[in-house]
Amino acid sequence: MYEQVVAINVGLAMLLAMSLNIITGFAGQPTLGHAAFYGIGAYTSALLTAKAGWPFFLALPAAGAMAALVGVLLGLFSVRVREDFLAVTTIGINFVVVAIFQYVQLFGASLGLAVPKPEFLGVRFGNTEILGLLILLNALVYLFMRHLPNSWLGLALGGVRNDEEAAASLGYNADHYKVFAFTIGTFIAGMTGSVYAHFMGFISSTDFAFPVSIGVLSMAVLGGLGSVTGPLIGALILTLAPEVFRFVSDYRMLVYGGLLVLMMRFQPQGLVGDDSYLQRLWTKIRGRREEGKANAG
Amino acid sequence: MFFQQIVNGIVVGSVYALTAMGATLVYGIMRILDISNAGAYALGAYISFFFLLQTGNPLVAVVMGVALTAVFGFIVQKFLYAPLMDKSPNVALIAGIGLFIFLQDFLRLVGGPQARELNFGAMLPSVRLPGLGLTLYGTWFLILGATAVLLLVLWYLLNRSTVGLAWRATAQDLETAKAMGINTNRVVAFNFILGYGFAAVAGILVGILYNSIYPMMGDVPAYKMLAVIVLGGLGNPLGTVLAALVIGMAETLIGGYVGFFLPRDAIAFVVLILILLWRPQGLLGRRRVS
Repeated sequence: MYEQVVAINVGLAMLLAMSLNIITGFAGQPTLGHAAFYGIGAYTSALLTAKAGWPFFLALPAAGAMAALVGVLLGLFSVRVREDFLAVTTIGINFVVVAIFQYVQLFGASLGLAVPKPEFLGVRFGNTEILGLLILLNALVYLFMRHLPNSWLGLALGGVRNDEEAAASLGYNADHYKVFAFTIGTFIAGMTGSVYAHFMGFISSTDFAFPVSIGVLSMAVLGGLGSVTGPLIGALILTLAPEVFRFVSDYRMLVYGGLLVLMMRFQPQGLVGDDSYLQRLWTKIRGRREEGKANAG
Repeated sequence: MFFQQIVNGIVVGSVYALTAMGATLVYGIMRILDISNAGAYALGAYISFFFLLQTGNPLVAVVMGVALTAVFGFIVQKFLYAPLMDKSPNVALIAGIGLFIFLQDFLRLVGGPQARELNFGAMLPSVRLPGLGLTLYGTWFLILGATAVLLLVLWYLLNRSTVGLAWRATAQDLETAKAMGINTNRVVAFNFILGYGFAAVAGILVGILYNSIYPMMGDVPAYKMLAVIVLGGLGNPLGTVLAALVIGMAETLIGGYVGFFLPRDAIAFVVLILILLWRPQGLLGRRRVS
């Protein structure tokens, strides 16, 4: 069903945007190669189920773990280099990973890999079941994100993002938290890749190329990096936009690029970030409603 | 064969040096990774192609391509980057990516998705040296000559002129330079005009070298240019030239002899990651004292 497929795409995009938000929004580390981890998860899961005969429900966390393993390495690398170097290195990782998928026989090279549909307790997974799984994963990650900013971990991450030296002087080891953010973010991206692979039934290297990374980053930025609901809204808008605006599909990238420029120029905190137009409007409406209540009472 | 590979590597390296120089200059002053510079690279080639069609005169085509792209750089600086200076560097980075995507699609809509010929190369003769097993193409002379001349001019501008003094002062510390009475706004504007002009020259020369321009021609330079400037130590013009030659050589020699299992374009990043592990500040970058 068309609506189900669109909903699945939204669910996948939301997970990716939230996972990127942990690294870039909460820990302040630029990542321009998120699709690499998405791809590592997808290929790990595909190989484990198709070649090693693992059941999907073991391959799913394994895919996350594999992506997180590379994510830890990137995190360890990130503490050694400056922000700008890191941004470029993440682009590099994306290109190298895609090139490996494309040229190494184990990964199907240019032919791609066929992925079996998952089965659980005798139920073969169709789109409905995949959608259910995505809703569950989204809810879990969302709850995690909801609680993160108020937890000791979230506070430490915010400190590292805002002023690394001040955080360090309070006894927070900035490096540990950066690596931690990379680990969690890439783990979620890897799991998302696994779901994607089993939903599509077929994967090839271009599914995880650099433009995908830019797409995910754009979603998080459009909604608002560092806010909890922002990336969800960004993912929803940018996934639905091509469906809704099919009549202008020829101008899609033009609109997409122009939108990014205008957003950054006039609303860099995102649609629902701190002190954005929408957030101010919302506080105003709520303020008025509360005033109304007070007057009535 | 060996000499052919060496010369090949130098030509490729020169092209990378020219391509990355624009973004290096921009980074030197603004401290932003300007991905839209790769859009200016394609834009310059297309403007040049348009004027070649209209006038048939290669000189007019090159001059107009470079001049109009430089004007475009001024506009980008004035209306996009200057207001973003006080925001987080991620903001300018993403704005640049957006502008790059926009430019590419704009060129596709205006110029059509197909590749076009930028055919001035046929006017240049080739030289054969059978004794060394070497063929020197006319376009190579053009590229090596243009790179050498432009880099010398740039070196002179930055190191021996008053404008260059202001440039270096602003690159070191914008606020202090301003306090010393340097018109930093003018330096920043000049910097973008120069940076985008360089990108246009690179785009036109690559168009001539391969006798083809196409809307997505900035794709590979967009990220390879970043690898080059990061490897060079970010914002250091000399480092950029060195890094460009290292990557050009590595690609040609590894691709030609070792037969690396990865495609050519991934080699740049493997080299980048390995060198950054050894020298996190880049080849010629200074270690940051914290």
